[in-house]
Amino acid sequence: MSLMQELNHKALRLGVPLSVHLDLTYRCNERCEHCYLDHEDFGEMTTAELKSLLKQLASAGVFFLTMSGGEPLVRQDCFELIEYARALGFNVKLKTNAILIGEREAKRLRALGVEQIQISVYSHRPDVHDGITKVQGSLLRTLNAVRLLRAHDLKVTIANVLMKNNFQDGDGVRTLAQELGAHYSLDPTITPMIDGDRSVLRYGIPASELPGLFHNPNLVGDVESFCAPPPPVDDDVREGLPCSAGHTACYISPYGDLYPCVQFPLLCGNVRRQSFLEIWQSSAQLEEVRSIRGKDLSGCSSCTHLGTCTRCPGLAFMEGNMRGPSIADCEKSFARTGIPSKNLQAKRASSMEPASAQDLIQIQGIAIAPVVGTAAHAEASSVRA
Amino acid sequence: MKASYIARSSAVASRILDGEMVIMSAVDSTLFSLNEVATVIWQAADGCTPLSEIVSLRICAEFDASPNEARADAEAFVEELARHGILLVSDCPIVGVSANASENA
Repeated sequence: MSLMQELNHKALRLGVPLSVHLDLTYRCNERCEHCYLDHEDFGEMTTAELKSLLKQLASAGVFFLTMSGGEPLVRQDCFELIEYARALGFNVKLKTNAILIGEREAKRLRALGVEQIQISVYSHRPDVHDGITKVQGSLLRTLNAVRLLRAHDLKVTIANVLMKNNFQDGDGVRTLAQELGAHYSLDPTITPMIDGDRSVLRYGIPASELPGLFHNPNLVGDVESFCAPPPPVDDDVREGLPCSAGHTACYISPYGDLYPCVQFPLLCGNVRRQSFLEIWQSSAQLEEVRSIRGKDLSGCSSCTHLGTCTRCPGLAFMEGNMRGPSIADCEKSFARTGIPSKNLQAKRASSMEPASAQDLIQIQGIAIAPVVGTAAHAEASSVRA
Repeated sequence: MKASYIARSSAVASRILDGEMVIMSAVDSTLFSLNEVATVIWQAADGCTPLSEIVSLRICAEFDASPNEARADAEAFVEELARHGILLVSDCPIVGVSANASENA
């Protein structure tokens, strides 16, 4: 067991929220066509509120802090908040489109010890990338920022969301990442809008293209392993947890709303009305999420894919039942292995209309080996005095 | 002792979990878990307190360790962390260590 796995087990045993994703704002300077957020400010937490929250998170044991948005750098106090978070000892990861990052910002991020910067790049072709962000020249500015960050030895991950308009550009972005000395991660996930509007799903990658994507060694690495049939399901899997959402991780919106995950819009409380720890320890919604085991999942519990499926509880929740399947992930398992899931078979047998192409592609991000890196993200070393 | 003064690097994240310090280097994302004794050394690494004083006043006093054994262990520990760049070592006091080099948050 790696040190990272040990850390996760320990956090789970102790009930510690090891990771928090905090959106500082939903405002953004791009207008990505598939984005699940609106870009208004309905009363974001103030600098003082966010600092108070960060102190609470540190006291609660949060170690990994992802600061995101919207575009976090549109907040005037973004660097002040990063500096405050770093002073509290957080491992900070920043998710940004980077178009506001110049030499001064790159230098400051380095000085602050930000561990990683994740930047969305949709294509290596300016017309495609800018067409998605709706900002002319955005690819050029983003790539300039990546170069500056890399020049300061900051770790950059290029997050490549693949959808209808760019699914053929995965290889190109991966090559670009390699040239820039950045990690590459592929994410074919399109999620419904945070208000439940599913219209953005129309931008998703066509379901018919998924098998090709999952069998591309440039994108997934070892295809044989990635697309292997699932091993037999055992009791450990049946007693296992669906994911870390609500167990060792949670999401907090710019308005203080706390959810199990950014993709799991089950409101558990608001940090403006209750302390973080009070919500974390006593929310009935979190308790319910935590009670779910693999064996409790409708259909999934007896599905051959149970141990390897990337079923997202949040997507299942958005499909109607957090204890049910995420048909989108059923389709993903099918595209990967060629073996239909139990719920997919049932859905087809019931002669109901199969999920639409848009539904089928809202799938969880898949782990792709970094192209370049000096050390694995979760590389573990142990020092004992 | 060879290493006189030690200070926490500003390029790390750290958190106490169940009495043990977890540290991650921002430079290479390597994760470290310190035991109770190492955690005390880490927390005392303020750049001003000599390592010998940390060993005698904190380690030997609090953990019932012999001075020779404690010193050897502490030196090995400091050397290991210094090699990864997460502890700074100097033969004179280290000033101006970044404010974000928190002892545990």
